[in-house]
Amino acid sequence: MSEAAGGLAATMTGFARTLRAAGVGADHERTRALLSALCHLDVTRPADLYWAGRLTLCAGPDDLPRYDRCFQAYFGGRTASRRPAGTVTVTRHTLALGEEAGDDTGEGEDAGAPGSASRTELLRHRDVAALTEAERAEVHRMLAMLSAGRAVRRSRRFEPAARGRLDQRRTIREALRKGDVARLLRRSHTVRPRGVVLFVDVSGSMAPYAETLLRFAHALVRSRPRATRVYSVGTRLTPITAELRHRDPGTALDAASRAIPDWSGGTRLGEELKEFLGRRHARGDIVVIASDGWERGDPSLLGAQVARLARQAYRVIWVNPHKGYEDYEPLTGGMRAALPYLDDLVAGHSLAAYEALSERLAHA
Amino acid sequence: MLGRTGEAKGAAGVAAGIESPGRLAELLDRQAYLADEGLATAAFLALRMGRPLFLEGEAGVGKTELAKALAALLEAPLIRLQCYEGLDAAQALYDWDFARQLLHLKAAEAAGVTDVGRLEGEIYDRRFLIARPLLKALETGPSVLLVDEIDRADDEFEAFLLEVLSDYTISIPELGTVRAATPPVVVVTSNRTREVHDALKRRCLYHWLEHPGFDREVAILLRRLPGCTETLAAQVARAAARLRGADLVKPPGVAETLDWTEALLTLGAKELDPDRAAATLGAALKYREDVESVLSRGLLRHE
Repeated sequence: MSEAAGGLAATMTGFARTLRAAGVGADHERTRALLSALCHLDVTRPADLYWAGRLTLCAGPDDLPRYDRCFQAYFGGRTASRRPAGTVTVTRHTLALGEEAGDDTGEGEDAGAPGSASRTELLRHRDVAALTEAERAEVHRMLAMLSAGRAVRRSRRFEPAARGRLDQRRTIREALRKGDVARLLRRSHTVRPRGVVLFVDVSGSMAPYAETLLRFAHALVRSRPRATRVYSVGTRLTPITAELRHRDPGTALDAASRAIPDWSGGTRLGEELKEFLGRRHARGDIVVIASDGWERGDPSLLGAQVARLARQAYRVIWVNPHKGYEDYEPLTGGMRAALPYLDDLVAGHSLAAYEALSERLAHA
Repeated sequence: MLGRTGEAKGAAGVAAGIESPGRLAELLDRQAYLADEGLATAAFLALRMGRPLFLEGEAGVGKTELAKALAALLEAPLIRLQCYEGLDAAQALYDWDFARQLLHLKAAEAAGVTDVGRLEGEIYDRRFLIARPLLKALETGPSVLLVDEIDRADDEFEAFLLEVLSDYTISIPELGTVRAATPPVVVVTSNRTREVHDALKRRCLYHWLEHPGFDREVAILLRRLPGCTETLAAQVARAAARLRGADLVKPPGVAETLDWTEALLTLGAKELDPDRAAATLGAALKYREDVESVLSRGLLRHE
């Protein structure tokens, strides 16, 4: 009996290992839960085995197809190969912009003499797409130092305050100590940073600005790590917040560019925003969309999604690199469709424009 | 009342009488809840292993209903905690009854009691404590605790919940630790608008609920709505399947098809004719864009 149980445990541990190789987070604790679940079921029934594993080892709908494949492979007579079909293969992309994208890590960030004040001031207003490598590196260095304050919203927590709601607990405490209610103590909500969701368009038409935008995103993530979410958009919606958490801008950017599968492709922003809205939300957040609005997909779909975003977000700000020019008019299909629902359409072509955006985020 | 250590077996004891997932499915059927094999196994294991059941899936696939059906079949009270942004401990765990505490202090003062230690012991007594859903569920055994739409609460709240669910205790600084004599059966639901932290999921049995297939949906409609004919049920289920495939903002769930069929029945419909279907579409679709898109594409006509 115990030998049979030992055999079962070994089999199921092996199965969990196969799942881990396939990218399902079937850790030790979950495997233990599986073994204890099997005590209550009929292990000779494949259906019971299937459900016990699925209920204890999986953690999301994305795990389910992988689970099914591994289950089939493992219990269908042969063991799963080391790299099952479902494993995600990461294709490596380096930044398509700037030849020295690879070596601007570490000391590279500090290299180069700081420009004179007047030169910096000039640089501040120039279009990043038209800069030389050295100039752009300097702009990026200044971008990395950008850490403006951020807008806040009410949090769940309280702190003692002169005005606000009655602090019942402290009032009672004081009454106990002094023998009477001498005064009513108050408390008010503390504040926490308002969330920012940033969508960075990495399609072909945005290529000259993508790196600068990602560096801006990095500065945002670094200044408020828990309240910022960044997605790259193009032909696929890719979350890159985790990649941008690294302190060093170069390392963070390398990680982000490896994670983005669709550099320099087209833009189907409407579909991607729809995917975002289907699974996530931006309730009460500030949404920033950085794109030129060259929409490959249906502009009316994009309009509808921006309208939905506008209904749940606190503010929707669109950053368009071309807005910086005086003769700019929002003529691209995507831009026109989105325009009625935007709180702001701002420029995003120069350091000054990013500083202004950062300022806007602080006081939104 | 607190730290009660009885020999009560509670919901786990009731559950012990249910010998297999199949048996549980039968019992759920009696509560007019049709569970498929996966869901029945999930609920069965939740009862047997004393682990919370984490149900994820689109709105309207029957997550909340399962908790209600479980409570009914276990004959245990359903204690519901509806999550929302800003939900805090005072709303989810417990709160002190401030007004009564003050009254008590005043009364004691009038009676000339000045012993602070004694007063403190008196006002931080269980009778001045207001139990919110989580505390109530620990104190009520057996019970079914429904933590509804956890994805709407802040992630900080998950930490609270994890603490309570990991050993079914709540510590109250002024009073001590409250331990559940009979751990409640816990059902946590999420519409997946945000990813719930893995630590919480790890404590639970995870089940992803899908929209039911055609046969199941017909069976559910017939089971829940006695006046419904098979023709109508089949037509509604087929229309619902078309709507789900129509790329809508909010595809209808089972809850919506039930509402829709009920609306049709109220109008005396025996069949799903396009006019009545259009008139009652608001029961199934909750976005103006969706209603317009469905009507303009003629999706309500039978093919």
